[in-house]
Amino acid sequence: MSTLLDVEDLRVTFPTRTGLVEAVRGVTFSLGRERLGIVGESGSGKSQTGRAIMGLTPPQARISASKLVFDGIDLLAASPRERRTLRGKRIAMILQDPKYSLDPVMSIGRQIVETLRTHEKVGKAEARDRALAMLEAVQIRDPARVFDLHPHEVSGGMGQRAMIAMMLIAGPEMMIADEPTSALDVTVQLDVLGILDRLVSERGMGLIFISHDLRLVSSFCDRVIVMYAGKVVEQLKASELGRAQHPYTRGLLNCMPKIGADRHPLPVLDRKPEWAA
Amino acid sequence: MTAAIAVDRLGVIFDRFHALKGVSLDVQPGESFGLVGESGSGKSTLLRAIAGLAPVASGSITVNGKKLGARRDKAFYREVQMVFQDPYGSLHPRQTVDRLLQEPLAIHGFADGEKRIQRALDEVGLGNGFRFRYSHQLSGGQRQRVAIARALILEPSILLLDEPTSALDASVQAEVLNLLEEVRRRRKLTFLMVSHDLAIITHMCERLMVMQSGEAVENLNADDLVERRVTKDYTRNLLRASDGFVRA
Repeated sequence: MSTLLDVEDLRVTFPTRTGLVEAVRGVTFSLGRERLGIVGESGSGKSQTGRAIMGLTPPQARISASKLVFDGIDLLAASPRERRTLRGKRIAMILQDPKYSLDPVMSIGRQIVETLRTHEKVGKAEARDRALAMLEAVQIRDPARVFDLHPHEVSGGMGQRAMIAMMLIAGPEMMIADEPTSALDVTVQLDVLGILDRLVSERGMGLIFISHDLRLVSSFCDRVIVMYAGKVVEQLKASELGRAQHPYTRGLLNCMPKIGADRHPLPVLDRKPEWAA
Repeated sequence: MTAAIAVDRLGVIFDRFHALKGVSLDVQPGESFGLVGESGSGKSTLLRAIAGLAPVASGSITVNGKKLGARRDKAFYREVQMVFQDPYGSLHPRQTVDRLLQEPLAIHGFADGEKRIQRALDEVGLGNGFRFRYSHQLSGGQRQRVAIARALILEPSILLLDEPTSALDASVQAEVLNLLEEVRRRRKLTFLMVSHDLAIITHMCERLMVMQSGEAVENLNADDLVERRVTKDYTRNLLRASDGFVRA
């Protein structure tokens, strides 16, 4: 399997009034054309890992890594200009809530066309056609109508589909999805995941799926990385999640209520300081 | 035995939008009853209508045998308290925990505030160290504990819970659910709980109602769900969705 992304000893540090805070502390992994899940609780550094790869870390933060290579390009040495051409074109990112991450004063169609025309030289008419085709590919029933709607006029599921369409239109090779379905209803969630799954496998993309939902990730991804306090505590195949070794992974799996399991009270996570060491 | 909460053909209309279209339910004293459905199904609206926070257009609500009018009196809020979904939005940002907990006591004219605040904080596992903090100094789980303490401080008999854990991490969710079960057992409370997560509802509630676009789809026991004895497609879809993603 060809490696698309190579991350070695990634660190993201934020300066604060009380000193430096390391949000990501030495994360190492590689990604091929597969679905990789990154799971952890809030504050585990999973989103900052994704943002560092995308190049969206706030300017005051410091990033260091012994290796951060995307398809032979050293991302840390790349100029802002090079990063810009990568972003959106070859690496795309889906954010959590379409309500906040789409431009509220621009129609959905125009936003998709804008993405396309930033990265490719295409005429207006062709851009519109491709945007409509893309909207259809994410299973929006009436693409011509949705094209002219503004984000506040569509439901969460529809907004998230539009966002996926926008991210895929430039044909990226790698996609980072940061909690793409957490703001959606369970049934809509599965529709959106289904679309994402189909497009990723059809186009042979690499996908990094960031989520707090261990069970969802294990049913969707090929491989799962579990993060705690900025570190990777466990890496395993999604199918082998039941055989997780680390007490944190097991605790996380255990503490969720399950239909049919009569456990009162629920087991709670007993955090050990050595996990963060 | 009179029902703790009896809702009869309740209708709620926002402008021209019918959010609830004649929904009925009965919750017995000491029971824990769940409402499940997707966003827009009207489950939260039902809860808010009982609390007096939604415009009731038709039907009636009876709490502990007393029929509710258009306005809720103080005695109602002594009996019924609510815990909201978002622990970040439901606590006053410029009041300390102590001040937050004093508010309901002052409204209802309790004299032994000091003792009650201490007891409420102990009960939710926060202790005195948190008493003079602001909500921004607390984590999401701690804030939700404060919200629960605020609801319990008047010693109500009924708690309305609107997605109390959906903004929390899984491990913190387990802690808050355990806390809710514990206070319910200790105080023999009646719960009416809203969630989009079937697993949480089957864990917390004995009976539940599935809702869709302002109407009741079906009434079930928690055991029915466990054994998958459901009759409606909509419920079956929800059940399937809660199993996670299945590759086509």
